[in-house]
Parts: sequence; C-alpha cells; structure tokens
Amino acid sequence: MKKEPKDNNWSPSKLNDEMNSVLSTPEASPLQMAQMSPLRRLVASFGLPRLIITAFLLLMFIAAPFTGSDFWTQVSNTINRFSWNAVLVLAMVPMIHSGCGLNFGLPLGIISGLLGATMAIEFGFTGPVSFFMAIVISTPIAIVLGMGYGWLLNKIKGGEMMIATYVGFSSVSFMCMMWLLLPYKSPTMVWGYAGKGLRTTISLEGFYDKVLANFLQINIGTLSIPTGTILFFALLAFLMWAFLHTKTGTAMTAVGSNPAFAKAAGINIDKTRMLSVVISTWLAAVGILVYQQGFGFIQLYMAPFYMALPAVSAILIGGASVNKASIANVVIGTFLFQGMVTMTPTVMNSIIQMDMSEVIRVIVSQGMILYALTRKTKGGNN
Amino acid sequence: MTNTKSPLLEMRNVKKDFYGNQVLSDINLTLQAGEVLGLCGENGAGKSTLMKILFGMDVIRETGGYSGDILFNGEKVNFASPFEALEAGIGMVHQEFSLIPGFTATENILLNREPQRRSVLSEVFGSRLNTLNYKEMQRRSAEAIEKLGVHIDADMVINDMPVGHKQFTEIARELSKDQLKLLILDEPTAVLTEKEAEALLDSIRNMSRRGIAVIFITHRLHEILSVCDRVVVMRDGRVVRDVPSGETNVMDITRWMVGRDVDAAAQNEARDLSNEPTILSIRNLWVDMPGEIVRNVNLDVKKGEILGIGGLAGQGKLGIPNGIMGLYEAGGTVIFDGKEIPLNNPRHCLEANLAFVSEDRRGVGLLLDESLEWNVAFPAMQIQGKCLKKLLGGLIKWRDEKAITDLTNKYIKELAIKCTSSKQKAKELSGGNQQKVCLAKAFALEPKFLFVSEPTRGIDVGAKALVLEALKRFNRENGVTVVMISSELEELRSICDRIAIVSGGKIAGILPATEPSEKFGELMVSGVR
Repeated sequence: MKKEPKDNNWSPSKLNDEMNSVLSTPEASPLQMAQMSPLRRLVASFGLPRLIITAFLLLMFIAAPFTGSDFWTQVSNTINRFSWNAVLVLAMVPMIHSGCGLNFGLPLGIISGLLGATMAIEFGFTGPVSFFMAIVISTPIAIVLGMGYGWLLNKIKGGEMMIATYVGFSSVSFMCMMWLLLPYKSPTMVWGYAGKGLRTTISLEGFYDKVLANFLQINIGTLSIPTGTILFFALLAFLMWAFLHTKTGTAMTAVGSNPAFAKAAGINIDKTRMLSVVISTWLAAVGILVYQQGFGFIQLYMAPFYMALPAVSAILIGGASVNKASIANVVIGTFLFQGMVTMTPTVMNSIIQMDMSEVIRVIVSQGMILYALTRKTKGGNN
Repeated sequence: MTNTKSPLLEMRNVKKDFYGNQVLSDINLTLQAGEVLGLCGENGAGKSTLMKILFGMDVIRETGGYSGDILFNGEKVNFASPFEALEAGIGMVHQEFSLIPGFTATENILLNREPQRRSVLSEVFGSRLNTLNYKEMQRRSAEAIEKLGVHIDADMVINDMPVGHKQFTEIARELSKDQLKLLILDEPTAVLTEKEAEALLDSIRNMSRRGIAVIFITHRLHEILSVCDRVVVMRDGRVVRDVPSGETNVMDITRWMVGRDVDAAAQNEARDLSNEPTILSIRNLWVDMPGEIVRNVNLDVKKGEILGIGGLAGQGKLGIPNGIMGLYEAGGTVIFDGKEIPLNNPRHCLEANLAFVSEDRRGVGLLLDESLEWNVAFPAMQIQGKCLKKLLGGLIKWRDEKAITDLTNKYIKELAIKCTSSKQKAKELSGGNQQKVCLAKAFALEPKFLFVSEPTRGIDVGAKALVLEALKRFNRENGVTVVMISSELEELRSICDRIAIVSGGKIAGILPATEPSEKFGELMVSGVR
C-alpha cells in the first residue's frame, strides 16, 4: 500500500472545519461591529435569542402587577432564585474551559455536597457553623469523587458529555440506596418510625437555613435582597475569574481550545482536565449547599437528578458555547433562566385563573432547556 | 480560436470587501468554452475569494455580497448558493477532499444524484423509498472516469485509495454532471505525486477538448504553462497580468505574482561547520508516527548549523522531530548539550531549550480560536514563566497582559505579520502569516535549538522567502542551531549547510548542501520500502 503524508488523509474533522468555515456565520469582528447601526450592534453582541428571552422576561415583569401579583415580590423571587442557583451554574465554567464540555455529571458534585450537609448535621453542628462544616466535609469528598470522575473522562476524550450524563444518573441511583443504608442517627434527619434511613426532605431550621441570605439582607417594602448569598457567589465568581487569569488557568483554556497545541507546549493535558473536573465537582458541592440554605431544605434521593440540566441550560442561554464560557455568561444566563422559571408560572396562573404553577414551571423550564441545547454554539459574543 | 462567440464566462468590475478591507478590486475576466485558464497569485491575492463569488458561497453573501457583474453563458448571474452554481454548470474541486471515506468511488461520484428505481414500497410511501439503480450508477461513473482519461477502480472504497485517486474521484464527480460547462480546480495537484499530477494535466487537456472550460489554480507554475491557454496573475486583489501562456515563462509569472524579483536559485551560503562541537546526538531513534515511521536514525547535529532533513513523503523525515519533541511515541537515545533528554515528554524537551515548529500548522501549531497574543506567548509563559506577574510571594502566577502584548507586537514587527492587531484571532490570518505566528511562538522561547518542520508547506512564494529569511537570520544572529525538515529539496539547498536524506525510516546519507540535486535524488530512492 502506498504511504501518504499525514496531511492528505481525508478526515471527518477536516471536512467539518471546512463545512464550518463555509456554512457558519462569521463572528462579528470589531471592525464589522463598528459599521453596524446601534441596534444591529446590540443584536450581534448580545445574540438575538437572548434578546428575545430578555424582552419576554421584561414583558412578564410589566404584566405582573396587572395580573394582581406584587411587582417587588416577583423581583425578589427572581433575585432569590438567582442567588440559589448561580454557584451551580458557575460550576460549569472550568470544565467548559478545559474542553470537557458541559458538566452533565453535576449530580456527582451535588452528592458530595449532600454528604457534607448530612454529615455536618449528624456530627451535631448547628447554626452558621453547620454551613461552614458542610463545606469543609464535602470538600475532600468532592476532590476524591472529582478525581475518579476526571480519570474516567480522560479515558473517553471526545465523548465526555454522554458519559458525564450517565455518571450523574448512576451516582444518584447509587446514593438512593446509600441514603437508606448509611448509619445516620440524627433524629432530625432519619425516618421517624424506623429510626434509620434518611428522609427525602430534611428541614434546615436551626441549622443553616438562610444563613447567607440573612447576612446584610436588604428589605424595602416587599423587596428583599439576599445580599449575603449574592456576595458569596460574587466571591466564588471572582476566584474563578482570577484563576482563569493565572498560568494554570491559561493552560486550562488552551487545553480546551486545542489539546494538540497544549501538548506540544508541554502541558500535561490529563492533569489539567482532571483539575478542571475537580474544581467543577467542588463548586457543585458548594453550589448545592448554597441552594439548600436559600431553599431551607436538604433534598435527597432523586432530587440531584434534576439539577444538571437547568444549570447547563442557564449557561448556554447566557451565551456560552461548548468550549467557551465567561463569568458574564453565568450571571446573564442564570438570571434569564431563573427569571423565566419564576415569572412565567405566576403571571400565567393569574391570567388563566387556575393553579397550574407547577405544570407551567415544568413546561417553561424544560422548554428553555430544549432551546438551550439546540443552540449550543450560536448566539452571543464569546 | 472561438473569440467570435460570446464568452462562456465574463466578469466585469467585480469588487469585494470584507468589513472595509478591500480584497478584490475591478476584476475583469473572460473565459471561452473549452479554454483552460491558469489563475495564480500569492496566498491572499484574492484567488479563492474570486472563486467563492463565482460559486455562490454563503460566506460572500453573509459578508455583504459583491459588486460588479458576472455573466455566465451571456446571462447575468448572481448565484445565491453553490447549488444554483452547480445547476448552471459550474463545478468546483476544493483543495481538501469532500468524499465519504466508507463509500466506493462510484457511490461518491453519484452521491445524491443516483439513478433510482421505483418499487412497490416507493409507490406507496413516496420517492424516498426508491432503490438505487446500481447498474446505471456503474455505467455513469465509468463514463465520468473515462472522460477524465485516467484509470481508477470505481468499486474501491475511498479509504483504501491513494491520495491521487481520491482527487480523481472528486473530479470525476464533477464530470459526471451532464450540464458541466466550467470546472474550477483549486490546487488539485498539491497533494499529488509527479506522475499523478501529469495524469491530471492530461485529463484537463481532455476536458478542454470536450468543450469544458477549466479554471486551474495552482502554485506549481510549470503546470500552468504546460496545460493552460491563458495565464491570469493576481496580486493584492487585482488582475496584474492576463497573457497567453505561450508568451510567458515561470520567471515572469513569479515576478508578477510577488511584484518584485525573486532569485530563482537563491545563492547558497553553505558553511563547513564540521569542526564545531556536536550539540544534538541521536542514536537508534525509532518513532511510531503513522505514515512517517522512523526505524533507526543516527544523526549528529553540529552547533550553529542549519541542517536540512529531506526525503520522499512517508519515509519518516517528519517522524524525527515529532518523536524527539514527544508528540509521538518514540524510543532511543537523544543527547542534547551533553545531557540525555527523556523521550515522550514535550515538557522536558522544551525545558532543555529545544523548540519545534510543527508541520501541522492548524492542528498542532496554533490556537485558532485565540488571539495572536496567546499563540505567541503561551509556550514561553508555560515553560519559562515569561509574561507572568508573581503575586502573594509567588503563590499566584498572574498573566501579565501588557508583557504578552509587548512580546507579540515585537514579533509582529520583526516577522512582518499582517494582522489588524495582536488581539486578532489566529484563524483569521492567511496561511503564510499563520506560519509566521508559529515561528514567533518558537522564537519567543528563545531556544538554543530549533526544529522546523515543513515551514513553507501551503504558503506562497513571497511568504516562503520571508519565512526562510527569518529562519536564516535567527540562525545567524542568535547562533541558534536549526534543523529544518522539508519535502522541497531546492528550499533546503537554499538555506542549509548540510542536508540529510531520510529513506525507509533511516538516514540514507548526509551531504553538503552544495552537492548537485541528483546526488540527493539518488539517496532519496535508495532505501524506499
């Protein structure tokens, strides 16, 4: 057989490149932007779909008072839900940067957080200390699980997202058994009549319910802003931003952008990817603790099952693509997604005079997920 | 010849700009049926853009369309998509293959235009359930291949074909379209061996006899002269010459293309450095690089020289740098500057002050989606800690954006990289400028030793000279030892001191660059397997 120079081999990826270069809309370059009208510029930089979602959300806010619900309560709800979820969305960023794709395995990190939370209570911590201890306990668990998860993802480069989904699912199912079998004793957590096995929902009253939210909380009339939670998110977001500006963070972005380039520049690709997975898993653990303190309950068993998709959708709606994401994507995406999920049911309920909020919430959130997953790479400025 | 008839294709004052950047201005061009037009020009001269306009590619419309008129068959046309262009009778063969690897030649040639047979099922459920008429398909593909005038096995799966046959399959696909009147060939010979290229040129003559006009784009100028009726030379978005090919020669065309005189055979300044100490010593090196296997290489590189490594494709010359730099699995001993370098780990090589410019520019050489700054500064930052600010007593290594910009701008200036700014993305540059970025990346490491693999592959004459000049300057001024791997012997002879020829995964011989080409040619074929 004839040998060919490597370059000449047909390869699907090459064809893809070519197709992309031919088919895809070129990104708006600064020069191009300068020539556009202000409106076109806004559309190009923000992305038309996001603009539509934003407009719809604004419409909801405007419609809210007319349907009988209090405007500032609605705003507070949206901000609240934003504060609960933002850290979970932030957890998407490191893996996107390292080229591991969207972290559909978020439940794994959430489980680390749940283990931390339940153990902190089991060990008798209460009040704000229990929140701190939950983070402390979940950290080593997240690191160990994250390393295993990262090791697995390094074995199947290219198919990360599919495998991640099943890692998430199977870990949830496995823990469904463990929640029953682990020797938890604390009366606040176990089933009353059996005296063993954890309940599906555990109240955090007396532990860390609203521990962040109440810090410097602002209350004006019906408007209430959970300043502490937002500050906590801001701190983590700042740390993430800073990390991406360090030498290691730069290497992580390069690994995601072109692994072959990074390898040729002496970067240990597997280690970098593993680090990103560990960070992501840890952020998921912290994220679920933040969520719980806002929500007021620990939800076990199947609850983590449904946590990954909204986070994935939020960051996609925020304008991230499968290999590029910024903190701004996280903030914008979480706000739009949670705003829609909060506002639509309320307004719709009032309009149709029936309590269908759960149904509508499911339709809206799943619809948003569907939309977000179909757009994947298009949209805003990355 | 047929000048009395109205031309098949006429372009009048075609202009095109990308975001205010004029890439084509006032292109006037006519083409008769059956005429073969050679189109040449440096990369970035506007050839591809012109062809994209003609072919109705989406990218043209999305970037604001073009101005001027295109007349095809006497009618004004403005194709909204390649499909319309195809329908009108324009075929195009791109540089890169767009074939389905698991399909046979026949299936590829007639893809989506297969003759179909109706069946009971399709009567009921519609034409999507028609079956393919394989007999008719075979006849049509055989006909197309015959038109081409070459022999390829129509039943062979694309995967198993040599490169040349893939290229022929692509062309046959265009020829199988009955309405084809104009065929655009974009550097079809770049991947072919000499013999295959000759066969292709024959088939172009064949097509021309059948009345099909051909626009032939290539960097190999002698091919243009041998097959084309007319040569059109483009430079900086303009047609600078439009002459019958009989009235010109390679030297003239080259001069028109670059707009300045190019020394045909650059004067060789080979030095004799045999008394210098050995800086890199390779013993029993094997490298498992698919298609470029290195079996047993022993080689000593002298300090301060430019050593060329040449040889035929697939003989293993590319495997040598890729193996030493740890990109493919390798074994053996490599001693650099008295110390042994552990193989299979790029970091160790880079830390020992070796650098590598890969032949795979887009795949390995660049972060296409990132800025030039990242591309240039990244290895220097990661390996040597350049462009980093230390915060909190060195605990945090912060990216120093200003230092990165300065470093990049320094090399943009030094290597004359054409770009809008150091923030521009690498994928937006032309091939030659991308290559310069790759060089800048290696230079930024300030290496003692530099491997450069195929530095001029796929870039045009002008950029080629600049790249080679930059390498030479880097060697002379900084005393850096350079090992350059190239398939083009003349290029090696123009800047190297010594040239090693690789054949069958081994070094077949090393000669001073001043030896005549034939000597090298003998070495090249000596150990081919």
